[in-house]
Amino acid sequence: MLFYTLKRFILTVPVAIGVSLVCFMLVHLAPGDPLTAVLPTDASAELQAQMRTLYGFDKPLPVQYGLWIWRVLHGDLGQSIATGRPVVSEVFNAVTNSLVIAAAATLIGFVLGSLLGIVAGYYQGTWVDRAASLISSLGVSVPHYWLGMVLVIVFSVQLGWLPATGGGPDGSANRSFDWNYLRFLILPAVTMSVIPMGIIARSVRALVGEILTQEFVQALAAKGLTERGVFRHVLKNAAPTAFAVMGLQLGYLLGGSILIETVFSWPGTGFLLNAAIFQRDLPLLQGTILVLALFFVFLNLAVDVVQSAIDPRVQRT
Amino acid sequence: MSVLQLSTASVLQPIARSPGYWSGVVRRVSRDPVAMTALLVIVSLILMAVFASSIAPSDPFKSSMLRRLKPIGTPGFPLGADELGRDMLSRLIYGARLSLLMGLTPVPIAFVIGSALGITAGYTGGLTNTLIMRTIDVFYAFPSVLLAVALSGALGAGLTNALVSITLVFIPPIARVAESVTTQVRSLDYIDAARASGAHAWTIIRVHVLGNVLGPIFVYATGLVSVSMILASGLSFLGLGVRPPEPEWGLMLNTLRTAIYNQPLVAALPGAMIFITSIAFNVLADGLRSAMDVKS
Repeated sequence: MLFYTLKRFILTVPVAIGVSLVCFMLVHLAPGDPLTAVLPTDASAELQAQMRTLYGFDKPLPVQYGLWIWRVLHGDLGQSIATGRPVVSEVFNAVTNSLVIAAAATLIGFVLGSLLGIVAGYYQGTWVDRAASLISSLGVSVPHYWLGMVLVIVFSVQLGWLPATGGGPDGSANRSFDWNYLRFLILPAVTMSVIPMGIIARSVRALVGEILTQEFVQALAAKGLTERGVFRHVLKNAAPTAFAVMGLQLGYLLGGSILIETVFSWPGTGFLLNAAIFQRDLPLLQGTILVLALFFVFLNLAVDVVQSAIDPRVQRT
Repeated sequence: MSVLQLSTASVLQPIARSPGYWSGVVRRVSRDPVAMTALLVIVSLILMAVFASSIAPSDPFKSSMLRRLKPIGTPGFPLGADELGRDMLSRLIYGARLSLLMGLTPVPIAFVIGSALGITAGYTGGLTNTLIMRTIDVFYAFPSVLLAVALSGALGAGLTNALVSITLVFIPPIARVAESVTTQVRSLDYIDAARASGAHAWTIIRVHVLGNVLGPIFVYATGLVSVSMILASGLSFLGLGVRPPEPEWGLMLNTLRTAIYNQPLVAALPGAMIFITSIAFNVLADGLRSAMDVKS
């Protein structure tokens, strides 16, 4: 177990370094000078040179990367060009907000997806299976930014039950988990949950179907176990993989939340990315993407390690 | 030597004339009513895009402040008018052009590049494999939407940049599938036999590897088309893809966002088009997958 964890960790390090390299290069992929967006067009050459030195854009690329990664390792992601505030605190706040809806969406998606998947897998080939599979297909193919709009139209505009946009009753500052706050969470979380629902339902259906064909299930039935007893064993065998799929979905949702956050004006990482892109605030863009991507990389690692702890068979592959 | 050559030739034969498999696939798909309905929808959408100028009742760019946000069913505006008083029906028809172009282009390009990388890595193995696959792993480590947004955000808004970003997002997963399938095929006996008989690496790849690996990669890639549709329109929805006033479903959905209070049905129309297209491609891909899976 310890050996496996260590091995997985060592394999993750080069990927994490690669990810940081890609995030660093993103800034230099951008056309033009990163500073042109903030400096007035009539800025003197002297001022431009001064700013370039200040942000370190005058040094050779490998040196810039080295300095940047050194600061990142010390918890410094630089300063936002547009606001002048440290990127770390902006990203931290936004990531917390995004995690709230991503976690809620993953939970809803997992519960509904598992139910659909289990039913479809258990009654494979019947109309129940086809109906459940249709729902999961719809979940995977719906443009979720549009679904969000439709839900706002129905539940906010027409019925007036839930707020249409925003991250809380009075701005984004306090996350008190009472009804007043949760009302704002429902629509974005439900919208976001359709993707993991579809994906989890598909994986669970395949898993349950595969487990049902295995000999130990027949053996359990043959020794006289009730159908419910056999069912429990099937669930236990499907659980580790289902949890792994769920864990990864959390990372995908957090990384892909920009579309839904735009629809609901949710003050999360998507909102930050949007601002960073359109104000050409490159340190903010770089920092946000780095944090989200590294979160995903280490989530992958955590999922693998936890899965191997629950199910030792994983280590052998 | 002659015996060995004969044996390669006999291995070659079923691959050289193997219309049996593909015609079987076509036959099985054409008997699947659900997949055929999806294909019909896709063909009509493509025809709509191609003949947009003859089908559309009016000019998709002609705006009028007097006719802003007309409801569905207004005389002269069968599907209403948008926030600038432009005819929704015409804009939806014209929108098929850019939306389909943006959704459909990235997957074939990524298929070619990803397969080439994956097959090379899988066939050569060793250091080449490590170099290619570890680089791929880095890009694979990004959630797809984040990578697409990050790339097109850094490159700057625009149609070409959005296309490049989406294509780059799809190369790593396709390359990974291609690599794993190729590695499996490479260890089979007939590859060893071909190599022992002196066949050149390129010949082996062309004759023995491609025929066996392209099918599975193709099935995987067809499943990506619907994701590509959603992602491409999503980038336009964020303002990173097509620019106004061009009609494109994702962008139309964005500009109509404020109209949900006055004309909710009109505002939801462009998204419904994206949904229909995406689900049609998804259903067709599912149909192809089961038709190509000979076992079932």
